[in-house]
Amino acid sequence: MKLTRRDAVAALVGAGVIGGAGAAALARDGFQADSNAANGEGEGTEAIVEALVGTARAVYPSEVENVGGFVETYAATKLARRPDFRAGAADALSDLDAEARITFDARFAALDPVESETVLRRTGAETAEPDSEGTTAEQVRYYFVNEVLYALYGSPTGGELVGIENPQGHPGGTDSYRRRPDR
Amino acid sequence: MTAAGSGGRTGTPDRTPSPRVDVCVVGAGPAGALVASRLVDRGHEVVVLEAGPRFDRADRRERMERSIRPAHGARSVWNVGGERDAFTASGERFYPLNVARVKGVGGSTLHWQGMVMRLHESDFERQARDGVGADWPIDYADLRPYYSEAERALGVAGDADNPFAPPREEPFPMPAFSPSYSDSLFAEACEEAGIAMHSVPNARNSQPRDDRSECVGYGTCQPVCPSGAKYSADATIEAAESKGVRVLDSVPVQRLEPTDDGERVGAAVYTTPDGEEHRQEARQFVLAAGGVETPRLLLLSKAAEHPDGLANSSGAVGRYFMEHLFAGTGGRADRATRQNHVGFNTSESHQFYDNDFEKVDPIKLEFLNYAGPSPVEMALTADEWGDDLLDSLREAYGTHLAMGGLVGQLPRARNRVALDPTTTDDHGNPVPDIQWSLDDRTRRTLAKANDLQAQVFDHLDAGVEWVVGPENTGPAYHHMGTTRMGEDPDESVVNPRLRTHDVANLTVASSSVFVTSGAMNPTLTIAALALKAADHVDADL
Repeated sequence: MKLTRRDAVAALVGAGVIGGAGAAALARDGFQADSNAANGEGEGTEAIVEALVGTARAVYPSEVENVGGFVETYAATKLARRPDFRAGAADALSDLDAEARITFDARFAALDPVESETVLRRTGAETAEPDSEGTTAEQVRYYFVNEVLYALYGSPTGGELVGIENPQGHPGGTDSYRRRPDR
Repeated sequence: MTAAGSGGRTGTPDRTPSPRVDVCVVGAGPAGALVASRLVDRGHEVVVLEAGPRFDRADRRERMERSIRPAHGARSVWNVGGERDAFTASGERFYPLNVARVKGVGGSTLHWQGMVMRLHESDFERQARDGVGADWPIDYADLRPYYSEAERALGVAGDADNPFAPPREEPFPMPAFSPSYSDSLFAEACEEAGIAMHSVPNARNSQPRDDRSECVGYGTCQPVCPSGAKYSADATIEAAESKGVRVLDSVPVQRLEPTDDGERVGAAVYTTPDGEEHRQEARQFVLAAGGVETPRLLLLSKAAEHPDGLANSSGAVGRYFMEHLFAGTGGRADRATRQNHVGFNTSESHQFYDNDFEKVDPIKLEFLNYAGPSPVEMALTADEWGDDLLDSLREAYGTHLAMGGLVGQLPRARNRVALDPTTTDDHGNPVPDIQWSLDDRTRRTLAKANDLQAQVFDHLDAGVEWVVGPENTGPAYHHMGTTRMGEDPDESVVNPRLRTHDVANLTVASSSVFVTSGAMNPTLTIAALALKAADHVDADL
């Protein structure tokens, strides 16, 4: 199942990053403007985006396609519009990179999906409670693992993987709850 | 007067008192908002004092994210908790007060479900009809026109298909939401079980109305509706402010100060965020702070002429606290049930409300559209990821069905809101102590509700996986009864005009005046009573 720009917009709406008009503009004009803004405003933004893509490739189900494009567009806007989130993610990335260097002598974003998953597990993020100000495991869970999981399973395409095309957090209208399951 | 400086969205708002106004309303929830709105329409000068903050509408999507993502405590969505909201629950049962309320402009309608039913005629006459509880000093006919006005004020989507509802004189303001797919599964089972289903009146827009969106299906009604389709009282407050009502936020009222002779309230004493104390004087005062803070404020307002608390010569302030109890049954079917697309219900049954069961109170049955887990919430708390997580989500989601139900408590003096002098809030005031217990009659009614739910599940081809009933029930977060209405000043706090027996210029607009609880969600009745109270205050000015 292929993730699209529409899914990224939906995920951003669900995450409260953009509203109706913002979503329409973003869908129309693309993410380049936010991407540029993000690169200019925050040191290390590109590295955070790369790490979020690496996390998604490790934790998304195998049948999802276009993970890179989806997460890059989602993350560029999120980081541009949420400076507090970007600052917290930058701190958590330092710990994630440190673990990657210990294990594979490379920064996290340079790892392949299997290696990324190994590093994520070694931080303890798989079973950690998410906490933006907690331990390394809790911060990695919050800023990386849960961030990309929320983007996926809060979007229509991610919801459809499970059987719900209007997942909680997505403004999918008031038709879907009435539809028969065979539609 | 204008709203200038009263709630400025930029800079520090002016929170100094106005020169003596016509009406001072304490609380900016639905009751206070409707009172203020009606009285400004009648040409009166109104100041509203709200303990909590203003919440920016633009933040609602972020609040929704907080509600879905597990890193943020549920109470953080609307900033509930901490020293400001400290409480004690010393009764037989713990009472989770801070789950039940929001302090801020809009009050608890910011996080409510939005179900708005009228009480039945029988709810006003439980003693006369059934020999239990007490009778209200007003009846359904007295409230009936106010119910219609309340439905228009809140914006109710409903249908006249409910054969068990009390008589009504006009259609609902908006068409009802259509039944869900899972309702259709229940409909087959209910047909076989001899149970009639019908629509649910919802205070949420089924079409654009009052500059608010129609519902767009975020599915997070409780605790936050990002689209604004669900009614919340901040909308009424904003409209009232545009007409000249002055609203001060973050100014908890510490006490109501009676005049020297104790006959009237002279001022509401409040504090500002910078710690200053002010007095707002008014000709009339309306207390609209909900079923817990309303009696608490009266108890905190002791004075020479009111040694047991303001307006408490009866001793009834804080007593007769009532709640609705939840009865539920859930399980899984052998087919898809399409849950969690929306966060509200579209079908109920009031068939067993005015029942003739032996020693059993009214029962309201609900058919849930949000049974079982939400996949996104489940994913965010899982201890796995990748294909394993997707497999678990597919296994967990999709075939759940559940029924809910409400059962009311009868009024009992021992259930009460008192003050706990051993614990104080952020202003040094004793916190509320909720002394709450369940009685056998309520348990019996819960068991009966479970029996009815079991009959439906027997016809559903669905296995029952959980039951919430007499042994593990919990409250529906509807506080009622703590300044009860009545004709007798020795047994009640307010009269049928909602004015306190003891204090001539003090009115209460709240579920605290309910004499019985019924088993219907209380907000529409709160709204109707608020409009009635406003009419009486207007007449007295």
